Amino acid sequence: MTVKRLRGLLLLPLVLLSGCHLALLDPSGDVARQQSDIMIVTTLITLLIVVPVLVAIGIIGWRYRASNKQAHYDAHWDHSPSLELLVWAAPLVIIIAVGAISWIGTHQVDPYRPLTRVAPGQPVAADVKPLEVDVVSLRWKWLFFYPQYGIATVNQLAAPVDRPIRFKLTSDEMMDAFSIPELAGMIYTMPGMQTMLHAVINKPGQYQGFSANYSGAGFTDMRFTFEGMSPQDFDSWIAKARAAGGTLDLQAYEQLRQPERDAGTHAWASFEPDLYTRILERCVDASQTCMSQTMSADTHAGDAMQDMPGMHDDHAAKPAAMQAAETH
Amino acid sequence: MLEPTNHPAARSFLFGRLTLDSLPFLQPDLEGRIVLVTLCAVMLGGLAVLGLITKKRLWGYLWNEWFTSVDHKKLGIMYMILGTVMLLRGFADAIMMRAQQAIAFGPNMGYLPPEHYDQIFTAHGSIMIFFVAMAYIVGLINYVMPLQIGSRDVAFPFLNNLSFWFTFWGAITFMVSLFVGDFSTAGWLGYPPVSELQQGPGVDYYIWGLQLSGVGTLLSGVNFVVTIIKMRAPGMTMMKMPVFTWTSLCTSGLIIATFPVLTATLLLLSLDRYIGTHFFTSDFGGNVMMYINLIWVWGHPEVYILILPIFGIYSEIVPTFSGKPLFGYSSMVYATCAIMILSYLVWLHHFFTMGSGADVNSFFSLTTMIISIPTGVKIFNWLFTMYRGRVHFTVPMLWTMGFLFTFTIGGMTGVMLSVAPADFLLHNSLFLIAHFHNVIIGGVVFGVFAGVNYWFPKAFGFKLDEFWGKASFWFWQIGFWLAFGPLYIMGLMGVTRRLSHFDNPALQPYFIVAGIGAALIALGIGSFIIQIGISILRRKQYAVGGDPWNGRTLEWATSSPPPDYNFAFVPNVHERDAWMDMKKHGYQRPLTGFNDIHMPKNTATGVVIGVLSFACCFGLVWYIWWLAAVCFVGVIVASIAHTYNYHRDYHIPKAEVDSFEHSGNWQDAAQGANA
Repeated sequence: MTVKRLRGLLLLPLVLLSGCHLALLDPSGDVARQQSDIMIVTTLITLLIVVPVLVAIGIIGWRYRASNKQAHYDAHWDHSPSLELLVWAAPLVIIIAVGAISWIGTHQVDPYRPLTRVAPGQPVAADVKPLEVDVVSLRWKWLFFYPQYGIATVNQLAAPVDRPIRFKLTSDEMMDAFSIPELAGMIYTMPGMQTMLHAVINKPGQYQGFSANYSGAGFTDMRFTFEGMSPQDFDSWIAKARAAGGTLDLQAYEQLRQPERDAGTHAWASFEPDLYTRILERCVDASQTCMSQTMSADTHAGDAMQDMPGMHDDHAAKPAAMQAAETH
Repeated sequence: MLEPTNHPAARSFLFGRLTLDSLPFLQPDLEGRIVLVTLCAVMLGGLAVLGLITKKRLWGYLWNEWFTSVDHKKLGIMYMILGTVMLLRGFADAIMMRAQQAIAFGPNMGYLPPEHYDQIFTAHGSIMIFFVAMAYIVGLINYVMPLQIGSRDVAFPFLNNLSFWFTFWGAITFMVSLFVGDFSTAGWLGYPPVSELQQGPGVDYYIWGLQLSGVGTLLSGVNFVVTIIKMRAPGMTMMKMPVFTWTSLCTSGLIIATFPVLTATLLLLSLDRYIGTHFFTSDFGGNVMMYINLIWVWGHPEVYILILPIFGIYSEIVPTFSGKPLFGYSSMVYATCAIMILSYLVWLHHFFTMGSGADVNSFFSLTTMIISIPTGVKIFNWLFTMYRGRVHFTVPMLWTMGFLFTFTIGGMTGVMLSVAPADFLLHNSLFLIAHFHNVIIGGVVFGVFAGVNYWFPKAFGFKLDEFWGKASFWFWQIGFWLAFGPLYIMGLMGVTRRLSHFDNPALQPYFIVAGIGAALIALGIGSFIIQIGISILRRKQYAVGGDPWNGRTLEWATSSPPPDYNFAFVPNVHERDAWMDMKKHGYQRPLTGFNDIHMPKNTATGVVIGVLSFACCFGLVWYIWWLAAVCFVGVIVASIAHTYNYHRDYHIPKAEVDSFEHSGNWQDAAQGANA
């Protein structure tokens, strides 16, 4: 694709300038790459009008400087229907082009949408099940559940290359943004709510992950490493986590959720099966009612509550939406 | 960090939760020392100023001529002074952030712990928007707009004075937090849950400071709309209004529609904080997303509130210095109105990544892009105004050129961010930071400097020094790109905002360059202050008449500085660019036949209500309930008492008008001092 060449063109001077990796222009995951392509293409389209304008500012400013008596001076020229048509039409055309790309792209790389390909021209094989990761942002660290493998980790995330990953995300208390620029665009995590992100990593390696939404004093250290690895390496990574032993149960979670700066990494061989759901539904503490129960009770308690639109927006309605997303 | 106790038992009736521990300068740590030194410097400086005022016996003058004044011109100047003082404070915060980020790598944690760093970026953002940009905007509109429409004052002169004092005391509320207690660490928009979980007075300072200034701004908006609708000179139809007046009208419309949202949102936040409601909590039916939507329903129009009048300033400066009328006046007006309306339909682009879904994101992505069309039209119109003109590159025009370059690039990065899939990568990165500084500095700040250089001779009767004006211009231009170019690049590396420490040493050179850029900007601000100082010293040498730039609009038809009554006879308007038209038709200023002029009288009520409101807010911040209650009642009583004041106006006798019209500063008028 031509984008590839354009990317090279765009990257060259910047790379020379920086000696640093411009992750957003050359990411390692297919989703981020699609987003990056959209960014580069729309930028180039915008430049079609921006560059001539910048040049015109310089030329017109220089040519019509007061000391240049040769330049044509027309003290009354203040409108021209054809030019005015042009000044409205030119940006309009650019925006129609950029808008169309944005519209299509927004739907194509919607984080809720399951992946159909793992790389350009490489559709997801029918028998591949996505890797499931349930993410909880804590103050100020990341908790990852691997329900298919039964392990849980803190500040450690790994995935086999070219296998789709399906993140379900929530937060314990703060509003954070789960961000691995090399993998895919970010998504917010919020308490009592669940967001989703579908992504895939295409190259083995270690990548920076962090929260991209400020959440208080320990925010700066809320980082983790995301590793893309071969399936074999991933299996041994899982085995290592299992070998660590221990169970993340409700008491351990109570301990874990206490605010902590610069938290290290940790792994548990197993976890309380419904822990993620209880965090999401804000009922880790057994004395609290889970949100779905409250809502169900509310729904049956009175007709008045049924008509409240807000009651249907939250995660009570989400599982249904998720199932819908899963089925197609 | 200080965590003033919230335990009810630890509170006293007299002082609420305010204790000696709340005073950071009494703490023995490094931060305490820094605050102590700052406090001493402020107190010494303050005492010196107060002493000087007392020695020169200026208190009466300041009180009678300025503090209690209802004259839109004096209030305008006071807003500009407030904006400049707060610029120094907001910029000091910026320098501290740049210094921290330039040194805090690897084992070096920098000199600011996160709790302190977080307060600084919160203060920087909110001060720069509310007390620098807004103060400058309201100041410029206040000074210029009534003159441009040939009016003698705004529609509600007392309200104007009250607005100023609300804004002023809002700023003081922010400043007090430096020395008593601490400030919010929740970012300039105070997102929950951070703003709900932070104990202590910090967030409350933020809330009440903004509530005060928000009410002031809202009243200003009402005032400006009524003034523009009702008080234009005869003959000035809407489509003959100067573009700056048009943009002031649109901005004031935006203020009226959006500032109540800010007030309501902050009120809900304070209810959560004070009486334990759950509007924005995670439990009991609250929802943080509600706050984020509400605050941006105000917040996005707010950036257009800032930029629209600035577009107006450029639309006055470009024709004046190109020696021809504005190209595409109607286009300009329609573009302004289009931006005003569209600015309500884009707020969600501040959180594409919250998970709203593709349809919602696409809609807001498109509306956001559509705004760039009328904005692009404006850029073209300024260019075509210069086209076939005679462009004099005076200092205001230089700032305009700097704006055209910088803002066009900022606009382009804005379109990049508006593409929702790209925003998933760029959101909250340093790219975003670079973008909005690109449009706010490149647009608003450059425009304010352009406007100050342009209208200063009108306000004071002498021009500003060219050399220091140009020095300031170049320091800002180069400083801006050095400070924010690296941020663009680091944004593309995926570096996020609001970090107080970094692990990756490869980033350090970028932050050092950004720090150097900030230092150059500091020189730019310094040059601006020197420019003002030198020009005051050389005011005789730089003296000009009523119309130093060969202006086109009515503010140049009167003396510099204008008399209290602005115009002895309200001008009759026949064309756009009314003053140019009058000059063309050989207008002679009448020197006889004056009448008494009916004017509003100064009042101390604004000062009284302002002080009481501040004391009330201080009481609310520290839970000193008796103080809050007494002052709140005081505000109500003072307001009602003011309605019984029947001596609100007076007449300037015609002899006095006659004498000013023969002695005022008009020479040079209509001679085109450009040459």
